Amino acid sequence: MGIRTLVAMLVVALVVIGALATQESYKVFMPGLLQGAVLTIEIAILGSLLAIVMGVLAALARMYGPAPLKWLATVYVEIFRGTSALVQLFWLFFVLPQFGVTLNAFLVAVLALGLNVGAYGSEVVRGAIQSVARGQWEASTALNMSRPQMLRRIILPQAFVAMIPPWGNLFIELLKSTALVSLITLSDLAFKAQQMNQNTFKTIPIFTLVLLMYLAMSLVVTIGMRLLERRASLGLARGKAA
Amino acid sequence: MIWDWAFAFEILPVLASAAIVSIEATLIGFALAASLGLVLAVVRIAVPWTGWTISVLVELIRSTPLLIQIFFLYFVFPKFGVVLDAFTAGVLAIGIHYAAYCSEVYRAGFDNIHRGQWEASVALNLSAWTTFRDIIIPQAIPPIVPALGNYLVALFKETPLLSAIAVLELMQTAKIIGSETFRYTEPMTLVGLFFLAMSLVSAALIRSLEGLLNRRTMR
Repeated sequence: MGIRTLVAMLVVALVVIGALATQESYKVFMPGLLQGAVLTIEIAILGSLLAIVMGVLAALARMYGPAPLKWLATVYVEIFRGTSALVQLFWLFFVLPQFGVTLNAFLVAVLALGLNVGAYGSEVVRGAIQSVARGQWEASTALNMSRPQMLRRIILPQAFVAMIPPWGNLFIELLKSTALVSLITLSDLAFKAQQMNQNTFKTIPIFTLVLLMYLAMSLVVTIGMRLLERRASLGLARGKAA
Repeated sequence: MIWDWAFAFEILPVLASAAIVSIEATLIGFALAASLGLVLAVVRIAVPWTGWTISVLVELIRSTPLLIQIFFLYFVFPKFGVVLDAFTAGVLAIGIHYAAYCSEVYRAGFDNIHRGQWEASVALNLSAWTTFRDIIIPQAIPPIVPALGNYLVALFKETPLLSAIAVLELMQTAKIIGSETFRYTEPMTLVGLFFLAMSLVSAALIRSLEGLLNRRTMR
């Protein structure tokens, strides 16, 4: 979908939220939902940062690390990709305390989501690094660059552009997964929605607002990533040379 | 004692029967997703003016959390007088959510069909139905089977969400065992291991399927 259509959808979503918010039957829910949305955004941002760090570290460890580190990174990626996000969340929340490590729910949420998406992200980073044309590696070797130099100056700047779209998808996945934290007692947007629904049974107004809010947040991420991609690929010749 | 083997073996049969519910939900949900996704993708080609509507719809479904969609279906249907039990509502939500993803996969498959195939079908005076059934689908589907397989695994890993509306699947059963016995370590870990095992096995299957398809379509 083109960036203009996405912006148009965002505008429509925001206008509809605004219009609904002035209605008497919807108005009462707004303060609570906005409060929940703030927590959702906080978890999404912190989780995404952790995911980036873990993704890059795990990818580099798997590609260039010494054997034990390589092994560790592989186990991390397989475990977090192989079990479901909710299982990880519950495991950290219910089981970890039995080993004497009690984290508060917020920390568990950020950790679980960040580690989960980071595992998928490591594959994205790995794929992007490997997608850099062979000639680039060979030229760097010919220029007598050391491996860190090669990565930092030649490979990563090019791999970065290729990484942006898949990371965009992962950020959306993470944003959507934040709804799961409502199941470990955090009062995010999804939690507020369910709580209000149980108290008032006004299902349709509440869930319409909530869905629109999530849509608006996702669209902001998508549009932001598109703009970043456009900016990062400026001056970069794509495709094969003639 | 952190890990109690006797307890783990005691709860294993209970978890195993709950795992069947999870697998059922996966299979029914995916059958729904795969067929509805195909319908969306075909309608998009067959009736061009629906393209914009369908892409907005797909974007809407993909941009909002599955958990909220599950709640929505579960709580909204009764307002219209249709009472769905938790399992049906949950599986329906999962199926619709993944249909949005699958329709994009099918679309990629159709886009990869050479123009000449469509033109030749028109030249041979084949009906739209025959064209799709005998010319397009047999060429478009095999290359995208691995992508669909990945969504099957992803969908399987989303089934624990059904525990939020109290479907007695694996996660919900583990939670109940945990709250009754105050031992969460064994049930939660076993659930995690079950998902890990299933994912690794299906990933291996998809890889070998991919190899098989590549060999078959190589000309």
